[in-house]
Amino acid sequence: MTSTQSPPDAAPVGPPPLAPPARRRGRPGRVRVRDRGMSRAFRWLATGAGALILVVLAAVAVFLVVKAWPAITEPTDQLVAEVPWLHGASSLLSFVGPLIFGTVLAAALALLIATPIALGIALFISHYAPRRLAAGLGYVVDLLAAIPSVVYGLWGGLVLAPFVQPVWSWLGETLGWIPFFSGDVSPTARVLLTVGLVLAVMILPIITAVSREVFLQTPRLHEEAALALGATRWEMIRTAVLPFARSGIISAAMLGLGRALGETMAVLMILSPGFLYSFKLLVAGQQQTIAANIAAQFAEASPMSVSALIATGLALFVITLFVNMTARWIVSRRKDFSGAN
Amino acid sequence: MTTADLSSTSSEFRALITQVDKRRHRKDRTMRVLIWGAFVLAMIPLVSVSLTVVVHGMQKLDLDFLTHSMRGVFGGADAGGIYHAIVGTLLITLFATLISVPIGLLTAIYLVEYGRGSLARAVTFFVDVMTGIPSIVAGLFAYALFAVFFGPAVRMGVVGSVALSVLMIPVVVRSSEEMLRLVPNELREAALALGVPKWLVVIKVVLRTAVAGIGTGVTIAVARVMGETAPLLIAVGTIDSINTNLFSGRMMTLPVFIYQQYQQGLVPCTPGQQNCIPTINYDRAWAAALTLIILVMLLNLIGRLITRFFAPKNLG
Amino acid sequence: MKLSLHGRAGAALALTGVLALTLAACGTDDNGSGNGSTSGSTSTDGSGGGSALSGELNGAGSTAQQKAMDAWRAAFQQANSGVTVNYDGTGSGAGRTSFISGAVDWAGSDSAMKPEELTQAQARCQNTEAFDVPVYVSPIAVTFNLKGVKDLNLAPATVAKIFDGKITTWNDAAIAADNPGVTLPSTTITPVHRSDDSGTTNNFTDFLSQAAGGAWSYPASQTWPIKGGESAQGTSGVVQTVQSGEGTIAYADLSAVGTLSAAKIKVGDAWVAPSADGAAKVLDDSPLDTSRSADDVVVKVNRTTTAAGAYPVILVSYAIACQKYDSAAKADLVKGLLTYIVSADAQTAAASAAGSAPITDDLRTKALAAINKIAG
Repeated sequence: MTSTQSPPDAAPVGPPPLAPPARRRGRPGRVRVRDRGMSRAFRWLATGAGALILVVLAAVAVFLVVKAWPAITEPTDQLVAEVPWLHGASSLLSFVGPLIFGTVLAAALALLIATPIALGIALFISHYAPRRLAAGLGYVVDLLAAIPSVVYGLWGGLVLAPFVQPVWSWLGETLGWIPFFSGDVSPTARVLLTVGLVLAVMILPIITAVSREVFLQTPRLHEEAALALGATRWEMIRTAVLPFARSGIISAAMLGLGRALGETMAVLMILSPGFLYSFKLLVAGQQQTIAANIAAQFAEASPMSVSALIATGLALFVITLFVNMTARWIVSRRKDFSGAN
Repeated sequence: MTTADLSSTSSEFRALITQVDKRRHRKDRTMRVLIWGAFVLAMIPLVSVSLTVVVHGMQKLDLDFLTHSMRGVFGGADAGGIYHAIVGTLLITLFATLISVPIGLLTAIYLVEYGRGSLARAVTFFVDVMTGIPSIVAGLFAYALFAVFFGPAVRMGVVGSVALSVLMIPVVVRSSEEMLRLVPNELREAALALGVPKWLVVIKVVLRTAVAGIGTGVTIAVARVMGETAPLLIAVGTIDSINTNLFSGRMMTLPVFIYQQYQQGLVPCTPGQQNCIPTINYDRAWAAALTLIILVMLLNLIGRLITRFFAPKNLG
Repeated sequence: MKLSLHGRAGAALALTGVLALTLAACGTDDNGSGNGSTSGSTSTDGSGGGSALSGELNGAGSTAQQKAMDAWRAAFQQANSGVTVNYDGTGSGAGRTSFISGAVDWAGSDSAMKPEELTQAQARCQNTEAFDVPVYVSPIAVTFNLKGVKDLNLAPATVAKIFDGKITTWNDAAIAADNPGVTLPSTTITPVHRSDDSGTTNNFTDFLSQAAGGAWSYPASQTWPIKGGESAQGTSGVVQTVQSGEGTIAYADLSAVGTLSAAKIKVGDAWVAPSADGAAKVLDDSPLDTSRSADDVVVKVNRTTTAAGAYPVILVSYAIACQKYDSAAKADLVKGLLTYIVSADAQTAAASAAGSAPITDDLRTKALAAINKIAG
């Protein structure tokens, strides 16, 4: 997690014969090395690879912008005429809006379901489970992160949706007065709540793995001190473990959110899509996510609709970027106080 | 934590324990139940996923299924297999690995051994950014890139490989970087003191010491991208026949095969029709899912075994 | 230590290589008729172009055609072992745009190319005309999932009101009036439509706008005209949704409906169930669209026919190709495939695989005339 900091300043200096009365500059201990032959070639190769990363990312950004540009600048009426699946939206913005809404709603739902449970599992593994079991359980959770998303989609569509349908019906009947559960409950359960549930299962392993690592790093001394003072186990966790791990938990949740935002297949295979600003979680045909919409509509290869899709992809890129950056910012801001160093 | 923090918390504790309070114990027990509950609750879907895949997958998974393609199979016929998809998945991921590992490893070497100043900071930052690229966006990028040169009809295995490498490179960089940093500096300094040129130090000493960890990291990165569906759906298309040429024509991959079979849904068999299984598409999807999971798990296992067998024991 | 490490790494690499090689050697494309996989009647001499053909041919479009196309591809590939034909059921609209942009070699579409699309397609057709030929005629079933009810009669106006959301429960007076003596539950009706751009939707809404007598106020369109509501992608997606939900109703190609019930539609004074025969009767009663060029064979479906036994909720699905391709090899492939598809053999194969109605001999003659003009 903290590997983003600059490399430890213990980098090797050049071989003594090559670096006689070294010209020092910058920090003391750093020696300017004059490489020769292979050493120089290798250095340039490595630097080139680093630079290539920048080029690739710049290429991704440039390509997306260039490809999306026609759709962004196209007059609205022409765009609507050329892109058949705008669903009556009057402009690109009014089309992307509901998609962003749906994407964020689905991801937030998943996060809401997954975080408490993931923290529970992480605490269970780090502080409750018998020690011998804990290592094995950690391994199992790691393996579950390796299950491909298309398999979760398959399971969600064929197993979970029929299974939860009666539960959703019951929710709609008894809690229908809550806006989230209002409306006609879909008889197929291909709705956003099911999607949120599947996404939650998918991001569970990530959140668990990261927060478990953080919980395990809690200084033993703090925990023992708390226990010695007569705290119950929960009080020990609340006073020693959780404050220590707070930034780790937040970054774990953000990582999970990032994955949920970009998830395509599970949504594509389960959700009955719609393009509305709707909070109805149990009604079909209300929301759609950006990623699933790209995958669903990409076959429509007319240049303008591909362009419009790429524009929505750009929006997704920016949103995920924002989430990831926020996560890193929180971690770096709190690093000094968390005791992790 | 500072001493001030500790003393404030300890006074809080003192206040807590001086009150004899059953509430505290009740709360402790409630939380214990909740945490156990969370664990059990989470295990339900996770066990359900694994069990359904294994149970449904076993029904169709046999040698015939593994060694046939889907060429010429239609309707509810109990025939066909996933050979073409396995070949496609292996070739595309292999090529993606060939692209990603040199770039990723060299970048990690740059960051650890050479990186200073603004370029290194920029690289670190943008590697983090790349980690967050949604897979579908990577697919769009690869498609857009190749469409510029080959026109909109471009569907090739190599496009998928490029899309996967965009996802894979940051993972390789991060894990290799971590491993290279673990190599003790004494090793580098000792080698340099003996007059070994820097590049040989990096290759013979640093990489040699970290090779196990890097191998594990790479294998797990491969396992991760192997299950990617969305970029391949866009960039590689679907096909029924075996295609072993990455540079021409569409290729099938396991994740896309699963999605395609799921999309085809139940087969409408007319009553009394022979050789027609209504659920054949789902059966194939489950069996392909099982195969994919076995492949991914195998890679994870290999990754762990690499650490066990290749870790230098008397170095460091 | 060092040596042994390299040795082991080498061994691991070699093992991977050997594994890959063995894998590459043991698979096969041959799913030949020996194991009875081709349940449709696939004739071995199904190709029009002879077995000298080879290469890859990519098509995309109509999901309604998918089942028939699977059978056609199987037979065509069997007759021409060097040919690989791919078909992506992406939806008719997607198929046409892919064709226009040059992403696929031919398209399957449930509605003919619009005049402006024909103009756009000239660029990818080496400045020649693109054309439509009818290849697949099939009834669209109004299919439903309602516990305890197997047979249902629906007048076109009732169908329109159901899909428009005007009728919301199954025991509505309008449905009851169509079905005297049937006990209808009070279940809520959930209409399911296609979420993608679809020729099935176009044909269905075309039928409603012409036959429902004002109960349907929307024009025929590729995309579903009403916002919200349950939807799914592709014909099979719609059928899957109906299967998994109680009280659902949808429109889908009859070939995909399977064990689900299909409603009888009121034609004239009779109730007619969807069938290939019924579709064929409508086709007999429908004129060609004379506003198009002679090689562009497009049928104007007579939705308001009252011929006995006719079932006017049909879709006529087309294959769309260019008169000129950039290479002779590609032209031969397209020509070979299309010639096979319109042949009597292939039409029978489709009828048994997908329950479609064979195209008439008259249409075949016209279609062949157009197909024969394909050149490289």
